[in-house]
Amino acid sequence: MLKIKEYVKVKDLEEAYQLNQKRTSCVLGGMVWLKMGNRNVGTAIDLSGLHLDTIEETEEEFRIGAMTSLRDLETDARIHAWTGGAVKESLKHIVGVQFRNCATVGGSIFGRFGFSDVLTMFLAMDSYVELYKGGILPMEEFARQKRGRDILVRIIIKKVPVKTAYISQRNSKTDFPVLTCAVGIEAQGKVRVAVGARPAKAVLVKDEKGILRGFSQMDDQQKAAAAEAFGEYAAQTVVTGSNMRASAQYRTHLVKVLVKRALKQAGGVDSGN
Amino acid sequence: MEIKFWLNGKKIQAETEPDTLLLDFLREHGCCSVKRGCETANSGLCTVLMEDRPVLSCSMLAARADGKKIVTLEGMQKEAEEFGEFLANEGAEQCGFCNPGFIMNVFAMLKELSDPTEEEINEYLAGNLCRCSGFMGQTRSILKFLEYKKAEKEEAKGQ
Repeated sequence: MLKIKEYVKVKDLEEAYQLNQKRTSCVLGGMVWLKMGNRNVGTAIDLSGLHLDTIEETEEEFRIGAMTSLRDLETDARIHAWTGGAVKESLKHIVGVQFRNCATVGGSIFGRFGFSDVLTMFLAMDSYVELYKGGILPMEEFARQKRGRDILVRIIIKKVPVKTAYISQRNSKTDFPVLTCAVGIEAQGKVRVAVGARPAKAVLVKDEKGILRGFSQMDDQQKAAAAEAFGEYAAQTVVTGSNMRASAQYRTHLVKVLVKRALKQAGGVDSGN
Repeated sequence: MEIKFWLNGKKIQAETEPDTLLLDFLREHGCCSVKRGCETANSGLCTVLMEDRPVLSCSMLAARADGKKIVTLEGMQKEAEEFGEFLANEGAEQCGFCNPGFIMNVFAMLKELSDPTEEEINEYLAGNLCRCSGFMGQTRSILKFLEYKKAEKEEAKGQ
């Protein structure tokens, strides 16, 4: 059961930061995960009065406030167009509309949860987090870090032209994913492949063998062959584990299949199947 | 701590604890249509509207309702009665425990999507679980309700 001694709707980020330095303090996101645990919170810090619930677009980037709901991100026409629907696909399977109206982007990213569809999706894009004291960090670096006591202010997506795809496997609709995979292929050639819900938190699969070098210039047959080879490579390199939803062996098989499909889909070969 | 908000159109001013969930607060204030279901934010039974958007009252602190407009089924009796007839006619009510949350989300959907397809209906209502009826009756009832509303509009135009 969640117990809270004091609730503070902060007036600015400095107040939030100072309050959050105590170990018993906790910044509230959408609370959908937090409230399911047994925790005694000294001070619950609510950022909802800081206008961090909007998505701004500039020439160079999208700036997504940490308190933006997953539903607002899902229905944002600009993000939808930029990612070819991949962001929507990564969100629409998360429980229901009511849940996504509560859950926040900041809560999902800051938590670095293993099951996070959101983290997997953002890792496949040229994205960053903006921390109040820590400044701007690449998403990959932030994902590797342990949870600290800084305040996540916003998430930034650089508007580098990119083709994206997102696929997840679930045992049943609206359940946690068994495996997630996102691919981002930049026009300049950089390819990002993220795998999450392993069940550990999402990671980027490094192309140490150069299998995807020149991927966007390949013809369809070459792309299909490279996607298959990279799927095999990812299955060998991505560490998977077992939990009540699936075994490590099954997840490793899914890595191969989903990586191949997502690469083909983002590469425009076919629907990925 | 004190909170002030609008509950079904009436201004409420009340004391609450920092960890009181909106679900408990609403039930204590007479809104018994708001049901506690799964406790894992999955069933949608506790759905209420906050600023016209459906939210899970089981996962929200009452403190967060401060300054907001909250609507429960008690504030939508006329609409619920009208739609409830369609639910009953399609055999979709059964034990009825999930109906309040379901009806709240149906009306939230109809505010957001003017003419939803069957696929959009299923997608929007994925967070409302029913363990009696298997969802077919609910989908049929919404489609028939939409047809009825369309006919009603056409008739009003013709007059």
